[in-house]
Amino acid sequence: MAAMTVHLDVVSAEEEIFSGRVESLQVSGEAGDLGVMPGHAPLLTSIKPGMVRLVKQNGEEEIIFLSGGILEIQPGLVNILADVAIRGGDLDETAAVEAKRLAEENINTASGDMDYAEAAKQLANAVAQLRVLEMVRKKG
Amino acid sequence: MAGGKEIKSKIASVKNTQKITSAMEMVAASKMRRLQDRMHSSRPYATNMRQVISHIAEGSLEYRHPYMEERDVKRVGYIVISSDRGLCGGLNINLFKKVTKDAGEWTTKGAEVSFALIGSKAISFFNSFGNGDVVAQASGLGDTPSLSELIGSVQVMLKAYDEGKLDRLYVVNNKFVNTMVQEPTIDQLLPLPKQEGNTEQSHHWDYLYEPDAKELLDVLLTRYVESQVYQGVVENVACEMAARMMAMKNATDNASDLIDDLQLVYNKARQASITQELGEIVAGAAAV
Repeated sequence: MAAMTVHLDVVSAEEEIFSGRVESLQVSGEAGDLGVMPGHAPLLTSIKPGMVRLVKQNGEEEIIFLSGGILEIQPGLVNILADVAIRGGDLDETAAVEAKRLAEENINTASGDMDYAEAAKQLANAVAQLRVLEMVRKKG
Repeated sequence: MAGGKEIKSKIASVKNTQKITSAMEMVAASKMRRLQDRMHSSRPYATNMRQVISHIAEGSLEYRHPYMEERDVKRVGYIVISSDRGLCGGLNINLFKKVTKDAGEWTTKGAEVSFALIGSKAISFFNSFGNGDVVAQASGLGDTPSLSELIGSVQVMLKAYDEGKLDRLYVVNNKFVNTMVQEPTIDQLLPLPKQEGNTEQSHHWDYLYEPDAKELLDVLLTRYVESQVYQGVVENVACEMAARMMAMKNATDNASDLIDDLQLVYNKARQASITQELGEIVAGAAAV
């Protein structure tokens, strides 16, 4: 018998990234990473910059970078409403490294007119992208 | 019969009009392609958001947000999304007809109606409409509307809802079915609409929240309203271009027909004058 699956939709404001049945997924939630298996209790949480790792029906893994958003779980259905979502393979490493460097520079040379929260958010974003890249590479 | 010269200048003028309409058709067609892509790419977010919201509306949640309460309807609000420019067939008028009919039904039930208008066509129509008052308006958004430009007039409606001045809020726009068909639709925005026929879970249930129910729902509901209105505008722009393309195509075809008819009249007139001249020459020759 085929393994239990749950329907997952990953959408960002720009496009639909993934829609289909998955065996399990891992998401970086606000309060820590969480794994979701079929039949999970209804849950609503916000997502911090990070990734969703999903295992498709044929056991294949896919990693998607999320910049934040909302995760909703229903018994037979998981919805991820992301602000920005990029497939792991489509990430640009040099751009991410550059973004990280810039964000760090911004934080270190904090002047009066710059927004600390904004810079911290950018840094978290860049770090999360790099983490996703690393995972993709390890897998491949 | 009109003189040949007048007909000739008439043909020239129709030809000029035809040039303009066919140019507009081509512009609309190329814009439509682009806007259609954008509409399709942002559609999944809006539909999934709607789905999540309908789950929330069905659940028995511990934290009751004012957006979830069904109240007695004393005032109804409409966010009407129309185009900024005309020459797009019956697109806007069909939409306004639908709204006025719906609003009329509410007024007969004793509810008052107010409008938030997006797009200058809606503004000029509803300002002279009389039935119901206009509380907010925005226009000149162009083909690539940004959320920040829209949000002002939407906030007015949401604030009115929070203060209890509105008991129901609808968003009205054209839905893009295909290039030929655009359907005016009225969607309920607030209180959160329940999906009909969803019997997946009939017992009471609630979400697990991380971190906090109130915080989370506040974020989610703001995003919900924003995404629905934004999607409405994006769809409406795509509809506008499709409708304009069709309207201009019809106008171009009509101009061709008109030119053909006029050409026929012109040829007949020319032929008649030649025959007459011949007759005169022959008669003159015979007299000599």
